[in-house]
Amino acid sequence: MTLALAYWQESILRVLGVTVAVLLPAGTFVYVFLFKLMSFMQSRLGPMEAGPYGSMQLLAEVGKFLQKEDIFPEKADRALFRLAPYVVVASAFLVYVVVPFGPDALFADLDTGVFLVLALSSVSVLGVLMAGWASANKYSLMGGLRAAGQLIAYELPMVLAVVGVVIQAETLNMQQIVLTQNDGEIFGWGGLGNPFVLTQFVGFVVFLVATQAELTQPPFDMPVAESELVTGYMTEYSGLRFLLFFIGEFATAGAFAAIAATLFLGGWGIPFFPSDADWMNLVGPLVLFSKIMFVALLIFWFRFTYPRLREDQLQQFAWKYLIPIALANIVVTGILKVAF
Amino acid sequence: MSVIDRRELSALAARAADARVNVELETEGMTLNIGPQHPATHGTLRIIVRLDGEQVVWAEPVCGYMHRGYEKLVEVRSYPQVNTLINRIDWLGSFANEVPFILACEQLMEIEAPPRAQYIRTILFELSRISNVSLGLGDAALQLGAQTAAFYAFRDREYVLNLVEAATGGRFHPNFDRIGGLKDDLPKGWIDETKVAMRKVRDYCDEIETLVFGNEIFEARTRGIGVIPREVALQYGLSGANLRGSGVDWDLRRDQKLPMAWDKCDWKVWTHPDGDSFSRLWVRLKETYEATLIVDQLCESLPSGPVMAKVPRIIKVPEGEAWISTENPLGEMGYYVVSKGDTGPFRVKIRSASFNNISVVPWVLRGVYVPDVITILASLYFILGDIDR
Amino acid sequence: MSPLPSSAEVDDRRAELLARLHDELGEAVEGTHELAGKDLWVRVRTDAWREAAEVAEGRLGMTYFCYLAGLDWMPSPFGKGEDDPTQPPPERSTEIVQGYAGGSTRFQVLARVHDVQRMVGLTLKTDVPDDTMAVPSWVPVYAGANWHEREAWEMFGISFVGHPDLRNLYLPTDFEGHPLRKDFPLLARIVKPWPGIVDVEPMPADLDGEGGDE
Repeated sequence: MTLALAYWQESILRVLGVTVAVLLPAGTFVYVFLFKLMSFMQSRLGPMEAGPYGSMQLLAEVGKFLQKEDIFPEKADRALFRLAPYVVVASAFLVYVVVPFGPDALFADLDTGVFLVLALSSVSVLGVLMAGWASANKYSLMGGLRAAGQLIAYELPMVLAVVGVVIQAETLNMQQIVLTQNDGEIFGWGGLGNPFVLTQFVGFVVFLVATQAELTQPPFDMPVAESELVTGYMTEYSGLRFLLFFIGEFATAGAFAAIAATLFLGGWGIPFFPSDADWMNLVGPLVLFSKIMFVALLIFWFRFTYPRLREDQLQQFAWKYLIPIALANIVVTGILKVAF
Repeated sequence: MSVIDRRELSALAARAADARVNVELETEGMTLNIGPQHPATHGTLRIIVRLDGEQVVWAEPVCGYMHRGYEKLVEVRSYPQVNTLINRIDWLGSFANEVPFILACEQLMEIEAPPRAQYIRTILFELSRISNVSLGLGDAALQLGAQTAAFYAFRDREYVLNLVEAATGGRFHPNFDRIGGLKDDLPKGWIDETKVAMRKVRDYCDEIETLVFGNEIFEARTRGIGVIPREVALQYGLSGANLRGSGVDWDLRRDQKLPMAWDKCDWKVWTHPDGDSFSRLWVRLKETYEATLIVDQLCESLPSGPVMAKVPRIIKVPEGEAWISTENPLGEMGYYVVSKGDTGPFRVKIRSASFNNISVVPWVLRGVYVPDVITILASLYFILGDIDR
Repeated sequence: MSPLPSSAEVDDRRAELLARLHDELGEAVEGTHELAGKDLWVRVRTDAWREAAEVAEGRLGMTYFCYLAGLDWMPSPFGKGEDDPTQPPPERSTEIVQGYAGGSTRFQVLARVHDVQRMVGLTLKTDVPDDTMAVPSWVPVYAGANWHEREAWEMFGISFVGHPDLRNLYLPTDFEGHPLRKDFPLLARIVKPWPGIVDVEPMPADLDGEGGDE
């Protein structure tokens, strides 16, 4: 069943769709992982008052942030200060443009999808730097500088991990990658398809670790080290701007989880089911959502358990361990691809 | 040199020091204020650091934000009133604050508490050690980023605080010790509850050992950081786990004869030769575990009898001077009590452990990175009330 | 680890310490006081204060620096802070009586060092001359004395010659006065008189030998 819609109707649908696609995972992450999983791991219940079992807590928090006073530090650079949160959130939204949700349910079918995604994920670094500098606060500046170094350092392992997937799939197109995983075969057996998490396991692990760092989550959260920098580059933000950073953090987590699910776990496809049926357009998003939740579970589980690495240890880890492993992964993938 | 010149000189030096630290952004290096409001400092401690990039070139703690003037206040109070006051010096291990003062007064009065009181004092002393240090361990993990461990610390401390409340009436400020013994005897069923609670604390220690100390990132953050060699530690008067973490085998519970019950049970003193942050925290963990064993043994062998010796209603301590120090949770805490035969002390010098522990900060923080500042402070483990009195 | 020495052994070690101090410092030892089984107090002459530290740290093995404090022996002109502000202040003795190991000045400096291996400690005292209020500093010998001397300076006004950076520790830089001196009043009692003046219950009868069961 295809819908014939006027262009303007389609546009509205797309805007609504991307808003839901970004905010729904973000909100779910905040509730399930931040409020409940973290609380249960720490022997406490978490928010229970707002709504049944505290499910409306996020809405309550949104309302609280919206009604706060708009404060600027006196010496802050006004324009940059205002712009920084929007940059971060924009990059999260833009990543969803190329993530496929079903055989036909996608926003843009770009042949350079993977490339765009990796480029867009770097845009948030600019937002962080802007926030750190414009806050006119030494702690924020230090947080911003640390963040810049960290985010740039961990871009490389992420890119290199994805290169392995691209070699296997022979395309940069996200939809094609999903289809290759669904319809592919591992050494002749086509039952499970060819989810790249099996063949590219090393790449998957490297990608997850790099994602943890890109999101500045513990153990890589030096830029927002609470006990030292009091949330680093976000210290001077309150009210709506802080809410945007907050949503941006979880929306980016959702975005990276979506990318991981698409590239490694087979996206919206389910094994043993055909990948071009029309009803997959409705089931696909749900499947993708559940895979996103799984990846996010791994990310947040690490977050609540590990202490944080020091900045130089963090950099050493990226440059001396992750990048060589990712490079080795590429070499091995290439050899195997040519051999088989 | 006459007094006036010296005062002027000192005022000039102080103004210069203030001017140094008030410069906002210098060309070489940045001066950063850690505190007084800051999640990492356990209270209102301000540390001024001058940074070169991320390295500290010069650090100085500024204390006194919580100075309450205890040594002046006790001069107008009677001995039982002083007891209430000194509970609040180290507020996490509060029963332990009272004990050296009471023992000093008893030494001057030449009386000794009955055996049952000595045992119960020791049990409550070790319970305050457990509640203080277990929080310190969870807090150290929190400073390093592992938020979960701090919640476990609070959860498991509750068992000990409930015990203290059941026996003394106060979770944090028991005010239970009296010159000559204790205020009351233990309630019924307390011994059994204590045994259960000690088992839970031991489980907590094991949990922290695997979750925190076994973590590679924790080790990478604490090993080799903030090494304090033995000689420096002795010169600065570091005590407690800080000294034993530098390899000095000295524990005031074992190494002096006091009318308390530590020599009536079997326990071990833990030391670590490295002198870095990991060793200090590790010694604290082992001491907490050991304290539970001490409490168990003393509960088993608690003698019966009165808990209060015969003392007059109005306590007048005879003229003299006495110094008693004990191995408090934070280190060596002692009181030098000068009495003129009155109902209250003439002068009390409070030697608190954290004062010496933090005086080493300018020495140890040179050349470390900013994140390591937090690690070192967490491993030295101080309480503001103890530094500032 | 050696076992805990008996009380008699510790007394012997203290006697030995005292003898060696007499040997090393000779005339500088002005007063001593020993309490069997408890502690040893030694008072040295003011100009030999640092030398005493060097002897203790270098030759007697007292490597652990416990603390350093000031003492003001003048009885407080405000008594226990319980004076009724509407009545003239009662007569009080102003006689300055020093404590253990004697002394001849109003202010004294008190320090304690310890030998962690032989498990014996030593309390050292010295007079502070009334005119100069200056005492040699211990910082070159025990680095930890830095903060303690700063506290003694701000609380008593005793200056330490040779201290690298003698300024206030707790109090703001421009604080006037030295709070722990007895003639510096406890401001809390000046601002609000002791409530017991109006609301005094008669003291319970002072019965010796009455067991306190409360």
